[in-house]
Amino acid sequence: MERKVRIMVAKPGLDGHDRGAKVVARALRDAGYEVIYTGLHQTPEMIVKAATQEDVDAIGMSVLSGAHLYLFDKVIEMLKEKGLEHIVVFGGGIIPTDDIVKLKEIGVAEVFLPGTPLNDIVSWIENNVMPKVKERMEKEEKLV
Amino acid sequence: MSKKKWLEEIYSKGWARKESFSTISGLEVDPLYTKDDILQFDPEKDLGYPATYPYTRGIYSTMYRGRFWTMRQFAGFGTPEDTNKRYKYLLSQGQTGLSVAFHFPTLYGYDSDDYRACGEVGKCGVAIDSLLDMEILFSGIPLDRITTSMTINPPAAMLLSMYLAVAEKQGASFDKVGGTTQNDMLKEFIAQKTWIYPPAPSLKLVIDIVEFCAKHVPKWHPISISGYHIREAGSTATQELAFTLADGIAYVQASIERGLDVDEFAPRLSFFFNSHNDFFEEIAKFRAARRIWAKVMKERFGTKNPQSCQLRFHTQTAGCSLTAQQPYNNIVRTTIQALAAVLGGTQSLHTNSLDETWALPTQEAATIALRTQQIIAEESGVTNIIDPVGGSYYVEWLTNKMEEDAWAYIKKIDEMGGMLKAIELGYPQREITESAYKFQKWVESEEKVIVGVNKYTMKEELPIPTLKIDEEVEKHQVARTKKLRRERNNSAVRTALDNLKRTAEKDENLVYPILAAVKVYATLGEMTGALKEVYGGYQDPGYF
Repeated sequence: MERKVRIMVAKPGLDGHDRGAKVVARALRDAGYEVIYTGLHQTPEMIVKAATQEDVDAIGMSVLSGAHLYLFDKVIEMLKEKGLEHIVVFGGGIIPTDDIVKLKEIGVAEVFLPGTPLNDIVSWIENNVMPKVKERMEKEEKLV
Repeated sequence: MSKKKWLEEIYSKGWARKESFSTISGLEVDPLYTKDDILQFDPEKDLGYPATYPYTRGIYSTMYRGRFWTMRQFAGFGTPEDTNKRYKYLLSQGQTGLSVAFHFPTLYGYDSDDYRACGEVGKCGVAIDSLLDMEILFSGIPLDRITTSMTINPPAAMLLSMYLAVAEKQGASFDKVGGTTQNDMLKEFIAQKTWIYPPAPSLKLVIDIVEFCAKHVPKWHPISISGYHIREAGSTATQELAFTLADGIAYVQASIERGLDVDEFAPRLSFFFNSHNDFFEEIAKFRAARRIWAKVMKERFGTKNPQSCQLRFHTQTAGCSLTAQQPYNNIVRTTIQALAAVLGGTQSLHTNSLDETWALPTQEAATIALRTQQIIAEESGVTNIIDPVGGSYYVEWLTNKMEEDAWAYIKKIDEMGGMLKAIELGYPQREITESAYKFQKWVESEEKVIVGVNKYTMKEELPIPTLKIDEEVEKHQVARTKKLRRERNNSAVRTALDNLKRTAEKDENLVYPILAAVKVYATLGEMTGALKEVYGGYQDPGYF
């Protein structure tokens, strides 16, 4: 079974700074992943709806507006409600250290700060998302 | 000896760290520049003197000997009360002009209690929902004695109206009020990405403000034609230069088509550039900008007033160059960038704070940023001489080169049918995305070094103190706006909003009905919402 890992790169809230999100999206695509970029100004509802429709394995959210605690929390809450906890949530942006701790406590798998090498993000996906996807695919195959 | 001879016989015998050297934008540069590089250069025609066409050396006759650039720190967070306090602090510390950073809901024309504003209130700027908030923001600050720049784009007409209404209440007539509204929608679609309506009505609103100010607010800069955001989004220095000036050309053209005489509004157009790390590239960029704009205004638009040819600009040091790692290093970056802006002849300057890769500036970090400007102004000696690096072979060669390359971009955009058309085609947006990705690849391969990020890294770093926005801010602001809606004259508001819609349908100047609505305390969301019913919205096409 060769299913490409599907990653959504999302821009939640009103923040219009998309340089980082676009560079990451492109790097992930160049690394061979299937990338869905949501574009700007997505509400948590729009992100979760798109994630469902696109059957993604991970969502990377970029927030530079300071609204990260609210937005990440809302998205994770909605994913839980829809039974989509298997989707790995990660992110980046302008996020102070103590907020990174809070985000990880609510279930954000990793936060990539400004200056993170793209290769680090790609490796992280390989080591943290791919195995989960493989495991899930194998389970589903067994059920069939 | 010729330069060619020197390169072949002397330089080539020495040791060099790399095969080739280039600016941060990727422009390859020689080890040395001599008169051989500027053979075509005519100092009379190309350089001139300060305050003489084509203004390469500066737009004013005495420049900083007369007055330093305005020290104008961009600031805003939390409630209007919080920001009013920060403004008073910065003014007490020697800042000479104000600059308002609005929170995201205001930038998009939403009130603080809109669903879209959840979690965003006061987080990256000050919350302003109505004239009431504006009155608090400027309480105790005399608007006839200080100028204010407002970074606001789609709802610029609403915020300008609020500012004018506050000034009027203070007893200052419109002709006494000075400042700037950024109001540059073209660069929004290209780079900053704050929009409400589609491009055509957005441009109409921009020109409404130009027209209104030409008639009623003569000291106001109706647009701050911006390259800062284009650069932050990842463009090269030349793209920043070219796209900004191409936007300027589009605004001048649109204003003329509106029926204004070019000399009526051109003297109050202003620009806003980035100042990035490559020291001389930035200085050359500013000089090239002045020369190109002077030529554009005189030759393309036939201006008669010399002030119409003068490119006056504000500069902000490059936010995108700052690092989260070893943040105190950012003070050094900001200093180099500020110095480049001063040597480039800026009229106004904002210096970033060291902690901005983590959060909005703390008071301490903002103070260091302000002191950086003051030390350059008072201690470095560079302000004693106008255009002190003028005449340097490298600077003159680079100014020429950037001008030449910028003209090529401008010509290309003209051939597409102008900037509005180029934006519809996605041209500047794609150029920027490509440059951003290219730069990131250079960083990953260490072709471009960022100290603390891909070289001289440190494993363990202690977190620095950062500014925290209290969650109470949102509750407080929402309550205030809801209370306002209950207590104001709602019938007057309804009439004003109807009038606003009808004026939009008749395609007349919208500033007048907006000003009237603002004065009866219509909220920002109500006004932008009324116009949305006429113009519709706009969705990000999401290229990457």
